[in-house]
Amino acid sequence: MIDDPLREPAWVRWTLIALAVGAMVLLVLLPLLMVLSAAFGEGFRAWWAALEEPDARSALSLTLFTVAIVLPINAVFGTLMAWALARFRFRGKRLLLSLIDLPFAVSPVVAGLCLVLLFGSQGWFAQWLAAHDIKILFARPGIVLATLFITFPFVVRELIPLMEQQGADEELAARSLGASAWTMFSRVTLPNIKWGLLYGVLLCSARAMGEFGAVSVVSGHIRGLTNTLPLHIEILYNEFDTTAAFAAASLLSGLALVTLVVKFWIESRHGDVIAASHRRTS
Amino acid sequence: MNLTLRQLGKRYGAIAALDAVDLDIASGELIALLGPSGSGKTTLLRVIAGLLSPDSGRVLFGEREATRLSLRERNVGFVFQHYALFRHMTVAENIAFGLRSRPRARRPDKAAIARRVDELLQLIQLPEFGGRYPEQLSGGQKQRVALARALAIDPSVLLLDEPFGALDAKVRVELRRWLRRLHEQTGQTTLFVTHDQEEALELADRVVVLHNGRIEQVGTPDQIYQSPASGYVFEFIGRGNALEGVVRDGRFVSGDGTSRFAAQGIADGHVVAQLRPHDFERVDSGKIDSDGSDDGDGIRARVLASHLRADRITVELAVGEIAKPFEWDMIDSTDAAPPKVGERVILRPTRAKFYPRTA
Repeated sequence: MIDDPLREPAWVRWTLIALAVGAMVLLVLLPLLMVLSAAFGEGFRAWWAALEEPDARSALSLTLFTVAIVLPINAVFGTLMAWALARFRFRGKRLLLSLIDLPFAVSPVVAGLCLVLLFGSQGWFAQWLAAHDIKILFARPGIVLATLFITFPFVVRELIPLMEQQGADEELAARSLGASAWTMFSRVTLPNIKWGLLYGVLLCSARAMGEFGAVSVVSGHIRGLTNTLPLHIEILYNEFDTTAAFAAASLLSGLALVTLVVKFWIESRHGDVIAASHRRTS
Repeated sequence: MNLTLRQLGKRYGAIAALDAVDLDIASGELIALLGPSGSGKTTLLRVIAGLLSPDSGRVLFGEREATRLSLRERNVGFVFQHYALFRHMTVAENIAFGLRSRPRARRPDKAAIARRVDELLQLIQLPEFGGRYPEQLSGGQKQRVALARALAIDPSVLLLDEPFGALDAKVRVELRRWLRRLHEQTGQTTLFVTHDQEEALELADRVVVLHNGRIEQVGTPDQIYQSPASGYVFEFIGRGNALEGVVRDGRFVSGDGTSRFAAQGIADGHVVAQLRPHDFERVDSGKIDSDGSDDGDGIRARVLASHLRADRITVELAVGEIAKPFEWDMIDSTDAAPPKVGERVILRPTRAKFYPRTA
């Protein structure tokens, strides 16, 4: 047998694998287990009680509410934006492409502060908002806006490379065969990007549920009203209510695990589509 | 349907992709748009399809003004170089797409669409392939499906962009013969883009040679090959050897005086003589004197190398001070042994084309 030139000696392989597995266990698995053990440390009853508490309920429902608004908006606008950027050439396109990454580049706290500057009592729109009795900061709209800003890039970033790789030929072919714009989009464009889109939406939802920094700045931490799950956890933790904090944390981890399972399923079934888009991004 | 192009122009910055292109195509013709990359052939095809809009000029489908019609309104069958089959649809769904996408009033019923799909599957000789997906097909099969999909809408013209460009050599030859037969069956007005002269000459009724956005020559393959209208067409259409010189009193003399041959009927002046590699005959070598005092007709050359090809021997020759070696094809290699490297030979052109020198 001829040795594979890329095949390292056994001890190198095993050392590397052991290092990788060790790092995963130490950095990811162990903390997750710690969260669960702390959450159930005082028994299932205490865990359930911590979650049944009205503030916890309200935090969970606010988080889900935010996700429910942010996901469709990001899916629709992300798809439109990706389509515009992948299919058309226009002045300022490169600038726009870099701006899409801004939410990734800038610290979430700064993003939150930007919203305060715009909508706060000293902000640009303060008078107009006061005159119309619209509350954005320290209320749900602020939290939704902050989350939208933070999670905007996921769908766009996922779709642009995919659409560029697939090219416009199929869409042009559809048009030349007489398809209307809507027929083209619904029967050619969307089916071609659906798994990439779902993947982007999934990453987006994971981030939307977990977002802390930007939301923390604009929320005002009003218990039972403007606390999302991550903010709720922080408050409990700061008040040394460890069991309740970890109970809520276990819930958030559970949501994350569900996301991960779905992500794994998409990757294993439609990995080719997603891998193609990631090759281009990296 | 016949097709008329008038004064089509398209610029990209300083570069003219199309420059005052006029062309008349009769109904049922099979036309090759031939040229190297950047010659404007693909731009021309895309302007006809409505994928690009021209800066100036007109496109007419029959009597109908089509210049401002959108891609969708033109009803052209466009076949892309990389097929552009809908990857998530079966072959049958791909072919049916155009009919299914019609507005309800003009849409055939399901049974009629299914019949049409079956017909087309027969036509492209893939009757059993309706249920397959594009990724399960070979390149040649994909291209045939793309063709069937375009034919399904009864297009006014069929436009093919480098239809065989992505296929390997053997499949390419098979597929173009098949396309030729298909065209004879359907009589569909067809234009295809290619950079391959052989493909254009073998397949097309007429060949349009493009160069820098202009039409250099339009003609039957025979006209194009036998009487290239310009030195450019001559060089592009096949291998050639160029020799600069002067024609006086029906005789050509090269710039350095070492090559001389008849140029009957050619006006006096500076010319470039163009010679195909197979249009030479060797003059008896006994006539060459060592001091070069021979003053008969012929091209004096020194052998640089000879290459054995499948059907010929190609001899590379140094002629005078010309940097690019001449090529001479010895087709009938049985009775003539190839000359040795370094040997001096005299060749007499059996056919030559003369083009005015531009510079």
